[in-house]
Amino acid sequence: MKRSVILNVNRIARTVEVEPRSLLVHVLRDDLNLTGTHIGCDTSQCGACTVLIDGQAVKSCTQLAVQVEGMDITTIEGLAPSGALHPMQNAFWEKHGLQCGFCTPGMIMTAVDFLGSNPDPTDDEIRHAIEGNYCRCTGYQNIVLAIRTAAEVMRAQSAAGQPTSEPAGESTQRSPLPAAEPAGAGV
Amino acid sequence: MTTLFGSGIKRREDPRLITGTATYTDDIKLPGLTYAAILRSPYAHARITRVDVSAARAAPGVIAVYTGADIKDKVAPVPCAWNVPNCDLKIPAHPLLAHDKVRYVGDGVALVIAETRAQARDAIDLMDVDYDVLEGNVDPEKMTRAGAPQLHDDVPNNLAFTWVVAGGDANKAFDGAEVTVKERIVQQRVIPTAMECRAAVASYNKAMGQLTLWVTSQNPHIHRFLCSVMLQIPEHKIRVISPEVGGGFGSKIPAYPDEALVSFAAMDLGRPVKWAEDRSENFKTTIHGRDHIEYVELCGTKDGQITGLRTTVYAGMGAYASTAGPGIPTILHGLIYPGPYTIPNVLGTIRGVYTAGAPIDAYRGAGRPEASYLLERLMDVYARKIGMDPFELRRKNFIAKDKFPYTTCTGLTYDSGDYNIAMDKALTMIDVPAFRQEQAEAKKQGRRLGLGMVSYIEICGLGPSQVAGAVGFGGGLYDSAIVRVYPTGVVRVYIGAKPHGQGEETTFAQIVADEFGYPVENIEVLSGDTDNTAQGWGTYGSRSTAVCGSAVKIAAQRVKEKAKKIAAHLMEANEADLEWNDGKYSVRGSPDQAKTFAEVALMANLAWNMPAGVEPGLEATAFFDPSNFVYPFGTHICTVEVDEATGLVTVLRYIAVDDCGPLINPMIVEGQVHGGIVQGLGEALWEIAVYDESGQLLTGSMMDYAIPKASQIPHLETAHTHTPSPVNPLGIKGVGEAGTISSAACLVNAVVDALSDYGITHIDKPLTPSRVWAAIQSARQHGNGSANGNGAAIGTNGAVKENGR
Ligand code: FES
Ligand code: FES
Repeated sequence: MKRSVILNVNRIARTVEVEPRSLLVHVLRDDLNLTGTHIGCDTSQCGACTVLIDGQAVKSCTQLAVQVEGMDITTIEGLAPSGALHPMQNAFWEKHGLQCGFCTPGMIMTAVDFLGSNPDPTDDEIRHAIEGNYCRCTGYQNIVLAIRTAAEVMRAQSAAGQPTSEPAGESTQRSPLPAAEPAGAGV
Repeated sequence: MTTLFGSGIKRREDPRLITGTATYTDDIKLPGLTYAAILRSPYAHARITRVDVSAARAAPGVIAVYTGADIKDKVAPVPCAWNVPNCDLKIPAHPLLAHDKVRYVGDGVALVIAETRAQARDAIDLMDVDYDVLEGNVDPEKMTRAGAPQLHDDVPNNLAFTWVVAGGDANKAFDGAEVTVKERIVQQRVIPTAMECRAAVASYNKAMGQLTLWVTSQNPHIHRFLCSVMLQIPEHKIRVISPEVGGGFGSKIPAYPDEALVSFAAMDLGRPVKWAEDRSENFKTTIHGRDHIEYVELCGTKDGQITGLRTTVYAGMGAYASTAGPGIPTILHGLIYPGPYTIPNVLGTIRGVYTAGAPIDAYRGAGRPEASYLLERLMDVYARKIGMDPFELRRKNFIAKDKFPYTTCTGLTYDSGDYNIAMDKALTMIDVPAFRQEQAEAKKQGRRLGLGMVSYIEICGLGPSQVAGAVGFGGGLYDSAIVRVYPTGVVRVYIGAKPHGQGEETTFAQIVADEFGYPVENIEVLSGDTDNTAQGWGTYGSRSTAVCGSAVKIAAQRVKEKAKKIAAHLMEANEADLEWNDGKYSVRGSPDQAKTFAEVALMANLAWNMPAGVEPGLEATAFFDPSNFVYPFGTHICTVEVDEATGLVTVLRYIAVDDCGPLINPMIVEGQVHGGIVQGLGEALWEIAVYDESGQLLTGSMMDYAIPKASQIPHLETAHTHTPSPVNPLGIKGVGEAGTISSAACLVNAVVDALSDYGITHIDKPLTPSRVWAAIQSARQHGNGSANGNGAAIGTNGAVKENGR
């Protein structure tokens, strides 16, 4: 009863055989080996599974794989070109916005989408924006700091004409692709 | 050269975590992998009368089905590893799968192995089990009463143990006391809720008789040992790998039936097996924490000198004795009753009780938050009764800084402390008199503000091993490290601790980097594989840095001593004439003659020209067993607003001053403090595992069990004082649990302060709007001082709503 669907994941069209009941998160993890997208609950509360679908943060446990055929899906693995970091990833690293790291991919995806619509948020706005993403380790404080820091960096980049939240590549959707920073820079 | 100790460098573990390339247990795939699912009891207490798995066996993709009866003679029960002495502890058998009776909702009944995860789940639905349902109850006090359901045939009245802590003569102190205050305090069951649920993958190499088990573990060596007991195969035939672990908070310390079941199936079938629980399974079957019903009283003089503390505690154990279960409400709780104060007389009677709920074990702080909570609540009730400022009351009873090492009446020896400096510092961060004025003004406008404070200490840095043995802990509490220098000078450090968010790949690298005069990039810290280190005892009890970090430092020092010998030989100099500067050994007086650490490492590994009697290679192993526990301390203050109309509590400010000795990486320490405080606030405000009268878990999903969200938490204000510990070479005290140990009491103290003129002395956490509102109503109507939230407030549906999503 499986059917074949084409999913555009991280700018690559991938054909997968899925059951109609398969959740996107399971297909990403089990069929496409994109295990950076995590599962933290079974009631769509925790946000660990958040990915971008056509540029919007979506909990991938709330979507059937067959529902998102043809849409652009970005997971944490595809947020920045290989070897580079999105400013949001870099800010989480810089500001100690993670401990065990389990919530982190989903948190980053939510934050990237959020800054797309609110590039200069207050702490309060950030705290509300990530309400649907649970973190049990950090107490959220450094996550808020990281998102605010990323916002500053991304505003500065877009003022300087560098692409941050603008499309990079052929996608016409709001894209999260960053001005790349090299991974592993400094300590 | 500047040292890295004390520097908030970015974490070395982060690049893989922020790019989604880290490997957690459920991310592991192996060729031929099969998937397990476990049929779990829907009843809290029932006799199994029939199990029919024939339809499941025949279902598509199903490879095998095992029932409790199928495996009971092939595996041993789950062991309990903390045999607390002198308390008549009864440890009933905990079978991997129930075969006669189920004893909590979630108890495993049958195991299915299938080709896919979905097929395994589908097969579960085809199983047919008949139960003879018995009465179940999860209340530890009620379960000891006559007529309560009897959970285990060999444990009369469900009483697991009665443990007494006594120091001085508390009864005498109470008899002659000028002032006595007492409360009934319920410290509710809470669910650890690490964001990663538990998982296990087992693979068996039949030719070698070798089992490899990847498991979500805070202590892989302990899992290796306990699995060898359950599977009845020798320890050296099991390799436990704990890969990336997504938080634990104590819940990934214990051995569970599940990892042993998966291992058993992998051995039986000759194919690798994976099991990953989902969140509702996690809430039902992964350990819970706290669960105390306490009758507590404090006595003292009218001018605020405490003379005694007495408690009677009913401590829920859940259905079975979990790995460390019995040690939590006894050793880790009762011994620390005096807290930071000179309390000369203590008497505590702790009754461990089996109840028809998920097993209770270590949850962040484990026994110590419960002790700090009851003491700090009583301190406030006492202060109010004698009309003394709560800060003043604490100061008056603090152990003076010149009294350390200080031996309490319960027999602990506190290593070092200066409790006043932490309070002094906290008081520089908030203007208390100004707040009191604001509070009075607000009240005139019908707004209720409150200020709460606590001073705490905790036992952590768990060692020493001799004490572990004396208190019945079935293991050692030292830790180990191997520092191995490669020919090119890069270093690998293998540790017995298992960080799962605490950042020790960074802090331990900082320790080694300082020893070798290296950048941290040259050093890699590896953990979580029992094949890498002979023995280690894991990460819990705020012990990793104090104990394992010390082993790392000692191993690095040993390496350096050897390197110095080799350097002296290479430069044809006297070892005594060598100086260590800027990452180089040089000969005193002729600075141009020098060898870097990397140059020496190369020569040590090539061994072309070694000093006489020195072995080739450059590595060292160290086992460090501390001489005592460490005792961090601090003062926390918070302010709240309580909406009288709705009972809603808003946290306005939270100030924390913690003293955990010197900080290796202040950024990481801050993170630990933040996380701990917020977990304690969750416990104080929202979190409760609610079971109904029959033992059904009502808060069985994240919709019903409310962990803190970002929008509910204020910006935390943190600072530190630095009192080194004499018991380890780093002077470190440990900080992982500090926030949780203090914040619940701090918050409740603030809310009670806001409502004190109603005569309210206590409200049981979690302070959900409905509980606070009910307390206010009850006080208005009856002038009822102690508004005990439990009883009435824990209903069925009401309680679920109470968690307030
Ligand atoms: S796994 Fe999707 S929200 Fe929790
Ligand atoms: S970093 Fe562990 S859950 Fe957020």
